[in-house]
Amino acid sequence: MLYFSKLRIIFITILSLFFILIASSNFFQSNNGLLSKKINLGLDLQGGSYLLLEIDNKPVIEQKLQNLTATIRNYFKDKNIKVTNFKLIDQNLFFSSDINFRNVILEEFQSEDSKINPYYQRFKSHQLDILVEDDLFKVSYSKQGIVNLKASSQDQALEIVRRRIDEIGTNEPNILKRGNDRILVELPGLDDPMRIKSLLGKTANLTFKFVTNKNEDSFGSEKLVFEDGSEEAIVSKRIILSGDNLLDAQPRMNSETNETVVTFSLDRVGAKRFGKATSNGIGKRLAIILDGKIISAPVIRDTIATGSGQISGGFTFQSATDLALLLRSGALPAPLNIIEERTVGPDLGQDSINAGMIALIIGFVLVILFIFFKYKIFGVITNFTLILNLIILIGILTLFEATLTLPGIAGIILTVGMAVDANVLIFERIKEELKDEKNNLIAFDSGYTKSKTAILDANITTLLAAIILFFMGSGPIKGFSLTLGIGIFTTLFSVYFIARLLTVLYVSKNKDKPGLI
Amino acid sequence: MIAFNKYYNKFNILSLSLVIVSLLLLLFKGLNFGIDFKGGTLIELRSTDTKINVSSLRDNLSQMNLGDISVKNFGNENDFLIKFENNENKNVIEEIKTNLDKSFGNNFNFRRVENVGPKVSAELLKSGVIAISVALGLMLIYIWIRFEWQFSLGAIMALFHDVIVTLGLFSLLGLEINLSIIAAVLTIVGYSMNDTVVIFDRVRENLRKYSDIKIFELTNISINETLSRTLITSITTLLALLSIFFFGGEVLKGFSLAMIFGVIFGTYSSIYIANTVLVRLNVSQKTVIRGDDKN
Repeated sequence: MLYFSKLRIIFITILSLFFILIASSNFFQSNNGLLSKKINLGLDLQGGSYLLLEIDNKPVIEQKLQNLTATIRNYFKDKNIKVTNFKLIDQNLFFSSDINFRNVILEEFQSEDSKINPYYQRFKSHQLDILVEDDLFKVSYSKQGIVNLKASSQDQALEIVRRRIDEIGTNEPNILKRGNDRILVELPGLDDPMRIKSLLGKTANLTFKFVTNKNEDSFGSEKLVFEDGSEEAIVSKRIILSGDNLLDAQPRMNSETNETVVTFSLDRVGAKRFGKATSNGIGKRLAIILDGKIISAPVIRDTIATGSGQISGGFTFQSATDLALLLRSGALPAPLNIIEERTVGPDLGQDSINAGMIALIIGFVLVILFIFFKYKIFGVITNFTLILNLIILIGILTLFEATLTLPGIAGIILTVGMAVDANVLIFERIKEELKDEKNNLIAFDSGYTKSKTAILDANITTLLAAIILFFMGSGPIKGFSLTLGIGIFTTLFSVYFIARLLTVLYVSKNKDKPGLI
Repeated sequence: MIAFNKYYNKFNILSLSLVIVSLLLLLFKGLNFGIDFKGGTLIELRSTDTKINVSSLRDNLSQMNLGDISVKNFGNENDFLIKFENNENKNVIEEIKTNLDKSFGNNFNFRRVENVGPKVSAELLKSGVIAISVALGLMLIYIWIRFEWQFSLGAIMALFHDVIVTLGLFSLLGLEINLSIIAAVLTIVGYSMNDTVVIFDRVRENLRKYSDIKIFELTNISINETLSRTLITSITTLLALLSIFFFGGEVLKGFSLAMIFGVIFGTYSSIYIANTVLVRLNVSQKTVIRGDDKN
């Protein structure tokens, strides 16, 4: 155990110097690729906002099934099969038909080249499941159908969330998928997520519909309230225009009325439809509806053929800016709910860094003093190793640009406390060996050899705990498991290579000195 | 040599009563779950006006119909921690801000806001329980591979003792259980195992070496031989933890306290639980030699 080849000594020295260099890059600016690396500070240290959003897919499923009604009706109409009594209950679509057509209808849904029920060859599954009892059919999304639907609405929602956040221009946001219906948003440096929360909380589904009189509309009608709750209006279900047709939207000050408005311009299709609707509907009220609430319902005075217009609705400049932003970035496929939020202000972050550093320094100094008084010269070796251990640990974190959290700092401090364990095990063992063995070299050698299994066991158990934490834990806790886990490797390296090398050098010079340790 | 074995029985009875009391506490008093596991909202406030205190804040906020609300100082006089049950109101933080500004003037700094929905908190609790169970399971497998079953049983009993008594103490003192406490408990599992394994390693070595010493005596020899290491490592770990506890800020207080308890219990249980299991199972040289043959 005591022999070191020259090559190995060189290797250890180079590796240590390499990590010292990397660790030092945290303290100065450099353009060199390797030296420009820095440890990232977690949101709990630099301040910022963590939001976990969940996509509410229920309305999407219901909407899709609702849309299916017309598809199914038309499809079977062409085949001269009458399907009736469509009903949507709890994400199931029911309909009935003549019992004679039962098998024909089932076949249409269940064949692999079904026109109304896509078949996923890869998953050996249809999009929809169909059940039949007498003449009553029940259509619902299959397991795979739900998976695909969730995946596509997650992709779309992610894109829209990214656009909305980019529009606000926060620095380096982190937007990630979580599971199959969640989106994680990390916003470093943002201490008041109020605006972002309110922007993400809106689906921003914009539609233009005519206000009608009671129930005379062939498309059906519905009663909607105004955004400000002042009045109600009955509007047709027919959509004149939707947010999809929007090219741009901007907040403006209307110089005539001195009111803040949102101006918009439409794409070609939208402009055409808007022109037609406004020319046919002069004198009617056109309701501008956002997420099921009427923003305003102006009376159409003139045909608007230019493909641009404006929305007024008692906006403040802020609310007009936000509405324009929402309209520009598009509607979410489904509502998002914020199911978890953690926000840390920048000054608390700084306080945490300070407290963490003070705890680290004090803990470090206490351990070093204790070890020095306990082991004297070997204490110096242990302490030197401990310092190198810490630097290498920081070096590795820097190399991988890992994220350091407050619990992560706790992990480092704990590593300092536990790192001495390996050296203590070795030194105590050597002391025991020296009771029977007078030759220092032999005693040291067997001390190292015999303590090996205990050290390995001890570190593997801690490593197991760290690995579990890393995979099960979230956010800051992950940071703790990371530093604790990496700390185990750096500890083993520094104890078995650096400390052992220094010990060997010292012992071989003092081979015959009694009471060495 | 210290005669640890003289107190095996006494400390076994003590540990057993501690475990029973802890289980009763966990059963009847329960744990004080923080918002991570219960759901709800937490706000850390700093006021610049020294006249504002806990009771004036509480009076003001209790008019807002936030349900069961808790307001207390956090670290110092001007820092407050406000917690309340989950609230469906999405704009509750904004409303609190407006309300406080109206009542006390613009004297507040919202240092931290955490809001955990009921679904997420249920998931966090579940994954926390799974994490601890998986950790205990893996330790069991590891030690089962490394040692004979008598040793595994001893180590696992020590582990369960440490986890149960630490949680019992948290229940007794009404300390909050949050995500970082789970991290602490897992680290305690690792540490306690570590400590036990080092002594067991020595017990096994001595079992091979001496065939004529009874396990009752042999465990005592092994404990004594590893005692200085046990103490030094416990002391350095405790020094680090005390430093986190006193200087690491309020956020890490619960975590470091749990770890401090855990290290003390872990050190104690390695000596007085893990080893006494070996004694009670009457482990002898045959046990390890049979184990050697098996391998």
